[in-house]
Amino acid sequence: MYQEGHTYSLEAIALRANSIREHIVTMLEEAGSGHSAGPLGMADAYAALYFRILSHKPTHPTWEDRDRLVLSCGHTVPVRYAAMAEAGYFSRNELLTLRKLGTRLHGHPHNRALPGLETSSGPLGQGLSQACGMAIAATMDGKSHTTYCITSDGEHQEGQIWEAVLFAGAKKLGNLVNLIDRNYIQIDGPTEQVMPLEPLAEKYRAFGWHVVEIDGHNLQAIIDACNDAKAVVDRPSCIILHTIPGKGVSYMEYDFRWHGKPPTHEEADTALKQLRSMGERIMTEYD
Amino acid sequence: MTKAALHLAPVGAELKGIRDGFGQGLLEVAALDPRVVVLSADLTESIRLEGFAKTYPDRFIELGVAEQNMAGVAAGLALSGKVPFIASYAVFNPGRNWDQLRVSICYSQANVKVIGAHAGISVGPDGATHQALEDIAITRVLPDLLVVAPTDYEEARKVVHAIVAHEGPVYVRFGREKTHQVTTEKTPFALGKAQVLRAGKAVTVIACGAQVYDALQAAEKLKKNHSIEVVSVSTIKPLDAETLLKSVRKTGRVVVVEEHQVTGGLGGAVCELLSQKLPVPVRLVGVPDTFGESGAASELLEKFHLTPQGIMAAVEEVACL
Repeated sequence: MYQEGHTYSLEAIALRANSIREHIVTMLEEAGSGHSAGPLGMADAYAALYFRILSHKPTHPTWEDRDRLVLSCGHTVPVRYAAMAEAGYFSRNELLTLRKLGTRLHGHPHNRALPGLETSSGPLGQGLSQACGMAIAATMDGKSHTTYCITSDGEHQEGQIWEAVLFAGAKKLGNLVNLIDRNYIQIDGPTEQVMPLEPLAEKYRAFGWHVVEIDGHNLQAIIDACNDAKAVVDRPSCIILHTIPGKGVSYMEYDFRWHGKPPTHEEADTALKQLRSMGERIMTEYD
Repeated sequence: MTKAALHLAPVGAELKGIRDGFGQGLLEVAALDPRVVVLSADLTESIRLEGFAKTYPDRFIELGVAEQNMAGVAAGLALSGKVPFIASYAVFNPGRNWDQLRVSICYSQANVKVIGAHAGISVGPDGATHQALEDIAITRVLPDLLVVAPTDYEEARKVVHAIVAHEGPVYVRFGREKTHQVTTEKTPFALGKAQVLRAGKAVTVIACGAQVYDALQAAEKLKKNHSIEVVSVSTIKPLDAETLLKSVRKTGRVVVVEEHQVTGGLGGAVCELLSQKLPVPVRLVGVPDTFGESGAASELLEKFHLTPQGIMAAVEEVACL
């Protein structure tokens, strides 16, 4: 359970990230379908968000002054479910209902099923526009919370993303932060082969955004980049998180074939052994 | 309801734009409800948003020609407690942003009011690309979305009040041309209710939008030969099954008229109801599964039989069965 007002150490956050990865592997194996690589790659960012960056109350998910976290690339939602369970939005046992009939944890996120999700997503490219709307509403209402959006790199091939990037830049939405999961893979292969996105940072800068590029597995860098983004109030901010798809599971890392499939029972066993050993290393590293 | 209680407009009353009634209604609700915000995609004057934009500049958002983003931004505003109106031509909104309407708005249950202007064949000279003849079909299939086609200026004004009072997404469509007045300020209106505007016994003519006036004209012209009941269906979804079935139980014959493709629109909705509950002969007056073309509004309406004469021909046909 996330305790408001408590400052979580980097070690504590790293351990949460590792637990989130274990949950992802277990959930996907149990579900028998779903996406592995993206969620594992974003576990560090979600741990940092839910245990340091976001202002939120797991026991009061509709709290009016909460920071908004919009997930645009809905297929990566297992990492969000796992982070929410770690933070105490619901029990960890419920994670095993992922994608099953009657679950609140649909294959793609549905805000009306699970409190704490800001919207529903799945078809790519729709989240950033909604985050813009939430950021504008906050300004209209004199609220000081921040709206964060998580987008994937591949979904930047959707036209609507660029409509929203143009709009947010023009309207100078200083309370909006777009976190891009830059893992360089999509279903058909490497992004730069399927449809190149580079120079991505320059594109955002040209549209009037504050842009930083960081290692998406460096917790301090993620926290610092979000703090810097909050300090930039005259422009929207874009944080490009360079991540390793499948991070933490050796045979999944960097392999685009793990974008859209779950591990088998044996594969999950191997993955969980690796992650548990990583957990021990984290405790030694921060000791 | 008796004819007197309906307070219908006299025949030959001044022509007025349905879009002007929408613009007037918008100003009225804006004064009453600070949650109302308006989003425009470069068509502010054309859709009669300029009054709102001038009076409430802090609640007006110009997005440029970007209907998909407009739908998404509106969903975000709605999920933050606002009541956003998104307005463009119906061919773009919901034509261009249907996926956003489906997921960001309907599935997320975002309280967005979607305004499709310049709907129907009567947009005329601009040609087929700008003649929305499919919008009722593509909105009617979306769960949780209400679909409304106001009859005239006054009803459009009342519709704006009603949809703000309704918590949930709504699609409202209307044409560009000025139309005859059927209702007045005193005519009752309720979202989700069809209205029998003229009682009859032999054929039920069901219409929405500007075609309601034509249906009344057709009924008047045919009154010596056929007793026609005219039902105005402004709320296409949810369909007022009770009122329609009551009428059709009496008449046993139906004509549906709308400025839309004959497939998937009001005619489709009525046939879905009747085929399951009360199978009777039906004739559909509308655009017969084809694209429109350039021409004057009156020429196009005539070409596709969307006139009192066209309705009379359909009534004669169904009455002989």
